[in-house]
Amino acid sequence: MAAVRTSGEVALNRVAIVAVLLITLIFLAPIYWITATAFKPRNLATTIPPTVVFTPEISPFVKLFTKRSQLREAPSPEEYEAAPWWERTIMDGGEKVVRSGRGEVQLSGYPDRFMNSLIVAITSTVLAVGMGTFTAYGFSRFKVKGEGDLLFFILSTRMLPPVVVAIPMFLMYRAVGLNDTHWGLIILYTAFNLSFSVWLMKGFMDEIPKEYEEAALVDGYTRMQAFFKVVLPEAATGIAATAVFCFITAWNEYAFALIMTNRRAQTAPPFIPSQVGSGLPDWTVIAAGTFLFLLPVAIFTFLLRNHLLRGMSFGAIRK
Amino acid sequence: MTQIELRGVQKYFGAVQVIKNLNLKIEDNEFIVLLGQSGCGKTTTLRAIAGLETIDDGDILIDGAPVQHLKCSDRDIAMVFQSFSLYPHMTVYENIAFPLRATRISRGEVDKEVREIAKVLRITDLLGRKPSALSGGDMQRVAIGRALVRRPKAMLMDEPIGALDAKLREEMRAEIKRLHLKQGSTTIYVTHDQIEAMSLADRIVIMHEGILQQVGTPSEVYAHPANLFVAQFVGSPVMNVAPATVSESAGAAQVTVEGAGQGFAFPRELLSRLNGKASAGGLSLGIRPEGVIVAHQAGDGFLPVEAHIIEPLGSYDIVDLKVGSQMLRARTRSGYVANAGDRVYAKLDPAQAHFFDTESGNSLGVRL
Repeated sequence: MAAVRTSGEVALNRVAIVAVLLITLIFLAPIYWITATAFKPRNLATTIPPTVVFTPEISPFVKLFTKRSQLREAPSPEEYEAAPWWERTIMDGGEKVVRSGRGEVQLSGYPDRFMNSLIVAITSTVLAVGMGTFTAYGFSRFKVKGEGDLLFFILSTRMLPPVVVAIPMFLMYRAVGLNDTHWGLIILYTAFNLSFSVWLMKGFMDEIPKEYEEAALVDGYTRMQAFFKVVLPEAATGIAATAVFCFITAWNEYAFALIMTNRRAQTAPPFIPSQVGSGLPDWTVIAAGTFLFLLPVAIFTFLLRNHLLRGMSFGAIRK
Repeated sequence: MTQIELRGVQKYFGAVQVIKNLNLKIEDNEFIVLLGQSGCGKTTTLRAIAGLETIDDGDILIDGAPVQHLKCSDRDIAMVFQSFSLYPHMTVYENIAFPLRATRISRGEVDKEVREIAKVLRITDLLGRKPSALSGGDMQRVAIGRALVRRPKAMLMDEPIGALDAKLREEMRAEIKRLHLKQGSTTIYVTHDQIEAMSLADRIVIMHEGILQQVGTPSEVYAHPANLFVAQFVGSPVMNVAPATVSESAGAAQVTVEGAGQGFAFPRELLSRLNGKASAGGLSLGIRPEGVIVAHQAGDGFLPVEAHIIEPLGSYDIVDLKVGSQMLRARTRSGYVANAGDRVYAKLDPAQAHFFDTESGNSLGVRL
């Protein structure tokens, strides 16, 4: 096709490009703000107008990960010399790291919360996607009595907002001792994501031609083998897309995590805002915590971006 | 040595019976074609033999042993699908090796077998490619390779070349024939294309609405169709069929098609041969276009007719002749009848005439 464009079309095209750039800027602005604040010295974090040009510092992250105490006087040259390089960054600001009697650095609550988030989100995603894939395959390939009703029932578990069920869930969890445990949150998130996973995966499964499995069956494989060797590789795109959505939901979940956990199994979302209220908030530390919290989702989504894009347009194009 | 036998096979989809009491015996090394319109039960029959469909009654026997309760993986049968069904995430090599990996043979053996079959199919240079990078014909070769590599007891093919374009279809038809002659395995091939069936089959099985209509060699089915359905399904252009009456006139038989003033002359013995065979519904005359003889001059036994439509097909023409209210299609030398509307003379070759019972559609079995 010859690309002959009128001047009107060219102008329209330029307007569209500007609009897209503008929208992109608006969407990226908060992310830039959080990222910039996470690397600012404390005194520049809240200046008006905002400081744009500054020397990045690692100190917010040191503060984020450690317990600290105020230095009553400036550190002596020996003390300064003895401290590791990362501790010096907070010494300038009049703080030092709290150490145990044996000299071990005392960590803040953040690393544990972050690990909890990872454990809960990854495990629940694997479970939800795994079970969802099997369930969707069953619904897609076999005659299930009352299929429509069952699928609707599965979806209906997602209809109530979390806040509505949070209190009854809390009471039930307390009764069975799942409060403030990893498994408690994992079960909750898996159940919550399962409906989504079943529905999404059913769409993908329906798109995989039955003939692939039938070919595998006559090639001498059992149905289970055919599922793992033929169906699963074909469903990779769907699995990736479903996994990203489930992971994001579990990773960002706030309401249940706030009510069901307080210490042992607390995840990062309820922990980070809890730091705002204590005394004069150090916004750089909160920004550092938020910045790190954004990374796993960004990395996960980036790694699966090709699958995700294909997944989004799946079934829209007939070959 | 593989014989396949179907005994009283019945299959329902809900209330609809798609296979009705099917009995068929397929001999070792035979190339059988199941021919019929879509929805006639031919694909369901094939899938039942493969084990992809259960049957509601009857037996499917492979080498004398009933297999209808066996899973497909235990029947040792290979199948080629219309959609090829090559696994898209595997290379051609892996696709062909896939059935071998289900068995317990060594890696070296797998490699040897794959390369051997690739050589037979002339696809050795494609082994590293993914199916998406193949042409339709090559995809089909790979699908056939995947089916043959295991040396199955029997090979089932479900419209394997139906998705290809006309020229490639012709090529692949010849190739499938060549492979069958070379590899020699019992093959059941499903198609709705009667030319494919005629050119490939040792025997053709014609099905209609779940019922087996006729089994026979291509020439048997063509020359002695068992009923009107077979007569009109096999052969191109389609056989002319019209209700007719037979009478005696001037010491010869006269066959008059409905709506025509005059009858075609037939030998007298037709009268005694037909005597009492047709039911009350009367009989129908069937004649293929090549059985209609067209001449420019009137001659003995020729009737004057008017040319209606002329279809030039290159090596010959099909001319629609108006006989009373009926159309009679004749095959002539190309350009023999110059213009539509021309008056020509036509005669039927008695040796090529078929007679059917109009009511039941069955052949009366009378050939002159």
